Amino acid sequence: MKYLDEFRDPILAKKILAEIHKTVTKPWVIMEICGGQTHSIIRNGIDQVLPKEIELDHGPGCPVCVTPLEIIDKAIAIAGKPNVIFTSFGDMLRVPGSKKDLFMVKSEGGDVRAVYSPLEALTIAKNNPKKEVVFFAVGFETTAPGNAMAIHQAAKEGIANFSELVSHVLVPPAMEALLSSPENRVQGYLAAGHVCTIMGWEEYDPIAEKYQVPIVPTGFEPVDVLEGILLVVKQLEEGRYEVENQYLRSVKREGNQPAQELISKIYKITDRKWRGIGEIPQSGLSIREQYSAYDANLKFSVEDIQTNEPELCISGVILQGLKKPNECPAFGKECTPTTPLGATMVSSEGACAAYYKYQRMGK
Amino acid sequence: MCLAIPGKVTKIYSENGIKMGKIDYSGTINTACLEYLPEIKVGQYTLVHAGFALSILNDDEVKKSLDAWEELGEIIKDIDNKS
Amino acid sequence: MKIENLSCPLPIMDHKTIQLAHGAGGQLSNDLIDTLFLPRFSNKTLNAMEDQAVLDFPGKRLSFSTDTFVVDPIFFPGGNIGELAINGTVNDVAMCGAKPLFLSVAFILEEGLPMEDLHQILISMEIAAKKAGVTIVTGDTKVVNKGSCDKIFINTTGIGVLEPDLNIASSQIKIGDKIILSGTLADHGMAVMTSRDGLSFQSRVKSDTAALNGLIDSMLKGSNNIHALRDPTRGGVATTLNEFARSSNMGISLIEENIPVKSDVKGACEILGIDPLYVANEGKLIAVVSNEDAPNILDAMKNHPLGKDAVIIGEVVSNHPGMVTMKTGLGANRIVDMPIGEQLPRIC
Repeated sequence: MKYLDEFRDPILAKKILAEIHKTVTKPWVIMEICGGQTHSIIRNGIDQVLPKEIELDHGPGCPVCVTPLEIIDKAIAIAGKPNVIFTSFGDMLRVPGSKKDLFMVKSEGGDVRAVYSPLEALTIAKNNPKKEVVFFAVGFETTAPGNAMAIHQAAKEGIANFSELVSHVLVPPAMEALLSSPENRVQGYLAAGHVCTIMGWEEYDPIAEKYQVPIVPTGFEPVDVLEGILLVVKQLEEGRYEVENQYLRSVKREGNQPAQELISKIYKITDRKWRGIGEIPQSGLSIREQYSAYDANLKFSVEDIQTNEPELCISGVILQGLKKPNECPAFGKECTPTTPLGATMVSSEGACAAYYKYQRMGK
Repeated sequence: MCLAIPGKVTKIYSENGIKMGKIDYSGTINTACLEYLPEIKVGQYTLVHAGFALSILNDDEVKKSLDAWEELGEIIKDIDNKS
Repeated sequence: MKIENLSCPLPIMDHKTIQLAHGAGGQLSNDLIDTLFLPRFSNKTLNAMEDQAVLDFPGKRLSFSTDTFVVDPIFFPGGNIGELAINGTVNDVAMCGAKPLFLSVAFILEEGLPMEDLHQILISMEIAAKKAGVTIVTGDTKVVNKGSCDKIFINTTGIGVLEPDLNIASSQIKIGDKIILSGTLADHGMAVMTSRDGLSFQSRVKSDTAALNGLIDSMLKGSNNIHALRDPTRGGVATTLNEFARSSNMGISLIEENIPVKSDVKGACEILGIDPLYVANEGKLIAVVSNEDAPNILDAMKNHPLGKDAVIIGEVVSNHPGMVTMKTGLGANRIVDMPIGEQLPRIC
């Protein structure tokens, strides 16, 4: 596949890896904040072949992992209502709420459907005028333009039985929150390539400057990730701290302007709680008042939600790179991929799920 | 975030007033919304995420990146596992 | 012992109701069988958990297998539920090296199913059975109220005959054995997934449904050293290899670059974020064969129309017993786990 195979070429990947080995002289801690990059790293075994001086941490880059428990419980409550068709990206269906997950709601008779795109959910709404169709709008900035378009179209076509339960989060505030923590050990970042495709990379300049960390918008294939790591390592070794774009084929400095415009039109920036981390100011999106008719949070009142995080779960600490999954007392015992306590074990690129594989290989 | 796949635009049309396209991914064709790429043309490649095309892939940049690596001669055959 | 005195509490399970994932062929399916079914029906034959039961009858060894087909949509590119039902059970019977002979077919039909659809399905079954050389000798049909089943469910049960000295089962797997895959991955699962309602795909991907007994015959002519055979249906190649690794208590090591996937199937998998290793195949088999005979068996497969893309994808190793790993393009090793449940389109 063009634009994919070239960046999966094992020979090229090994060349870049050799360059990383040649360049690194000291230990460095690098973090990526992108579930897609985590997935690629695990799938290709990238962190197994990096020089041992490089510690590659998986940050809170998985929107599945950071969606607050309250919102998942609310989603579950809405999905259980009799007249509702609850639609969601597949990623969210196994995430545990306080008592159950969306899959269990389906088995109890709820109409829960995995969709590939929010426009599919809109079509379902058009085809089922007597039902209320709710779309679980979870994601980072990459997914926001699509979710915004769905509301925009719903308003334009007058599809009143469509609404979104929004749990959008923004990367730069999260990065700042991690960097400003006194316990922060991260010295360089791979920025999420598709988030930057939408938002550009201008907003990272002040962060790189203030905290003196190199930030490299990076793609997802093995060649991309390795090249991103090389660029970060080079900067660290040379004492530089800039925003440097690895994902040149897709990311421009100003990003995608029409997408940014529609996101601002439909959504406003709000404070947002990140599961396991806590509230990060101005780090989320919610639906603007003029589109409140499409806000499932307002449309559906759900009483008696008692939100209980499993006491044993320390995914928040793990998401910040402060502890490794195998330092969690429940890891591999009460908490496994088939019986996950928290989202970092459920999600295929959650740090705990990733570690679960390595631990069993004796690494 | 996250999963966006490159495909070739084979057709551009309008549906419910929004710009849509047929995208060819190595023989599997799917539709995507092209509203965010007003300048995109048939024959160009785009990255699609959850049914939305997000960027036009820049062939020149790809050539530049790949050519730069061609000059590097060193290949490591077997990299020891990090453990 | 009186039946009334039997006390049988429900075993402790993680779920109180059946989930879709229990039917996906992965970890949860295995857990359900281990926890609920096997304890009730336990016997040596069943507990071996092969694709078929090899039964000793006076003078004959029989291979006996059953399967139920509930695929949706019932018509998909490359086939329909009917030929799936014939080929699926023929293959299960044949995976121990048996010659499939007879099938039973049982239908559950939903009120309102168009007669024309049923007719098409039956024609496909007739053709598939003829191609496979099996006879449908008994059957049953039930009709249920609209909404009580999804259009049509088909159960097929098959019987075949096994040569006395043939012993093909996961217990025969040995360290050093090579693992051969008969052709490209994920064709069936992606053909079905891309033709479901709601996904706006135009796909050339066709199901690979096929009866594999002819291919197995060619392989057996080439060698006596086929240790195990299985067709990687629900849960894909990853599930089948994990099952082999667990039941033989040996490790399996794969080479990523050798795994064959057609380009349009690859495209469909990429869009949905699905790993072809976990997708169902209905016309492919995995053969675990002795190292020495691997080249001959591979040749025999390549000379058969259903094995022309056959390739060695890995081997059986002594490290990490019970686990499947794969060497990536970078030379790293990643674990290929049993899937938990269904593969769903993802955005992350």
